[in-house]
Amino acid sequence: MNIIVCVKQVPDPEAPPASFKIDSTTNKVAPQTNIPPVISPFDEQAVEAALRIKDAKGGKVTIISLGANLLRDVVKKPLSMGADELVLLEDPAFVDGDSWSTAYALAIAIKKIGQFDLIFCGRQAADWDSGQVGSCIAEILGLPQITVAKKVEVVDNKVKVEKVTADGYEVIEATMPALITVSNELGAARYATIKGIMAAKRKELIIWKPADIGADTAKIGVAGRRTKMHKLFQPVREGKCEIVTGENEEDAAANLAKKLMEVKLL
Amino acid sequence: MADNKGVMIFTEVVEGKLAPIAKELLGCGRKLADELKEELSALLVGSGVASFAAEAIAFGADKVYVVDDALLKDYRTDAYVAVVEKVAKQANPRILLLGQTTIGRDLAPRAAFRLGTAVTLDCVALEIDTSSKLLLQTKPVYGGNAQAIFTMETSPQMATVRAKAMSALVPDNARKGEVVTVAAGLDAAAIKTNLLQKVVQEVEGVKLEDAPVIVSGGRGIGGADGFKQLEELAKLLKGAVGASRPPCDNGWVSDTIQIGLTGKIVSPDVYIAVALSGSSQHLAGCSGSKNIIAINRDPEANIFKEARFGVVGDWKKIIPAFHAKAKELLGK
Repeated sequence: MNIIVCVKQVPDPEAPPASFKIDSTTNKVAPQTNIPPVISPFDEQAVEAALRIKDAKGGKVTIISLGANLLRDVVKKPLSMGADELVLLEDPAFVDGDSWSTAYALAIAIKKIGQFDLIFCGRQAADWDSGQVGSCIAEILGLPQITVAKKVEVVDNKVKVEKVTADGYEVIEATMPALITVSNELGAARYATIKGIMAAKRKELIIWKPADIGADTAKIGVAGRRTKMHKLFQPVREGKCEIVTGENEEDAAANLAKKLMEVKLL
Repeated sequence: MADNKGVMIFTEVVEGKLAPIAKELLGCGRKLADELKEELSALLVGSGVASFAAEAIAFGADKVYVVDDALLKDYRTDAYVAVVEKVAKQANPRILLLGQTTIGRDLAPRAAFRLGTAVTLDCVALEIDTSSKLLLQTKPVYGGNAQAIFTMETSPQMATVRAKAMSALVPDNARKGEVVTVAAGLDAAAIKTNLLQKVVQEVEGVKLEDAPVIVSGGRGIGGADGFKQLEELAKLLKGAVGASRPPCDNGWVSDTIQIGLTGKIVSPDVYIAVALSGSSQHLAGCSGSKNIIAINRDPEANIFKEARFGVVGDWKKIIPAFHAKAKELLGK
């Protein structure tokens, strides 16, 4: 099995909301100080899904990540979890794209990698929450897609997926090669092992520039965007909470019940 | 772009009914179409869905495209993308809207790229820019920490819309509209996925999306036992139990009761948030609630910024006392 996983470096989504700021002069998110970036959590679970298949069937897991000035400690994490190769599409020309221009670059890099049975992506990245790069790669490469997976297995040369739905799940199978996007219901990603961290440190990365993958520079990054961002803003929260108190917690709780009765919310 | 006219809504039918999101989209689409002085159409896709055309018209559509085919009984990406591509190329809408649902989020990106355009998923507001006439698409980003407004100059301009972000019109059964039947023309061999099984994980009692009262627990509840207390309270208040992501990820409760950006979107009259901090990701699913009541040990917790009433303290003491008093007041 040859498996490719697309991962993205993002600002830590677990950082406290108060640390999130927008630079209104540039219409961009201000970098968080003292909070290091991470692999987008759904992408980490996509790596986990790939490693589970490697555990069961053997094979090779190749990670691909797109950006500029990517932190090696961050993007190498999948290697320390057990992935085999890491390809970086690293160039200023690749960044600040939309789903379309990002997926275009990833798709042609995947073509260059060549042989693959499965491609995994996270269901959406924790920064822009766009949720479409996976579908777009599938469309460009003409592959079947199954999105929002919570379980992925390979059975009789087909991929069998449990897809999360509003009231449960669907079991869907597809011929391979196929593209799968992964959701948090898959379960937590494994920890890096000491052996994995040592191996990741020594591992030589493959770094590709636009010319290395034969990318049309008009189609990547900012230049390739089909969607334009007009404005980025933080909605104002009203914050008019009435704190109900009492002699102790039980008393406060009883007062809350009385209060809700009074305003007809009970 | 000059040739593209009108607003088209992909109207989903779920469990033999026109889905609430379809009605909300028709309400929103009607406003946009009126502003553009153009037509509002609905696209009904499935097997045995033709009978819903009249209802789509009552909710605001001027025209309904019906694609009815046995191959479309269950949603399968390849089949539905082909149908959307076919109808969009025939009707040339200026704007094409879908719901941010299991189907919409899978179908919209692929259909957009197939049509050579783009899409913004999970929009909470849509309006027409007065000068450019482009659709301004507002979407929460960074887990709800911010919102961004996007536009696109390719056609059709596409967006999916979050549940309950828009309001349906009062249906008018006297409204007249045209029904256009389009042949699916599908090649079964081109459908590369196969639906083997649909598993519905029934949650007991009131459905979350319909519940007037929701008692929701977070990481601070600490385990499955704590949720039993929330369930009892929900039962007393004739409501349902929800959760933020950590209790679901930890297996304390079923994944199907997760409320938030990647879970369910709810807007009950009363949302009692117990021992949950109010992360932006969670608020994305519950900020439409009419009244949020927060119970949290940390007075600085983000949830208090969203709440109308709050109690600061340990939920283990507060919930039993609140339950007892509420029971007494309700005379039960």
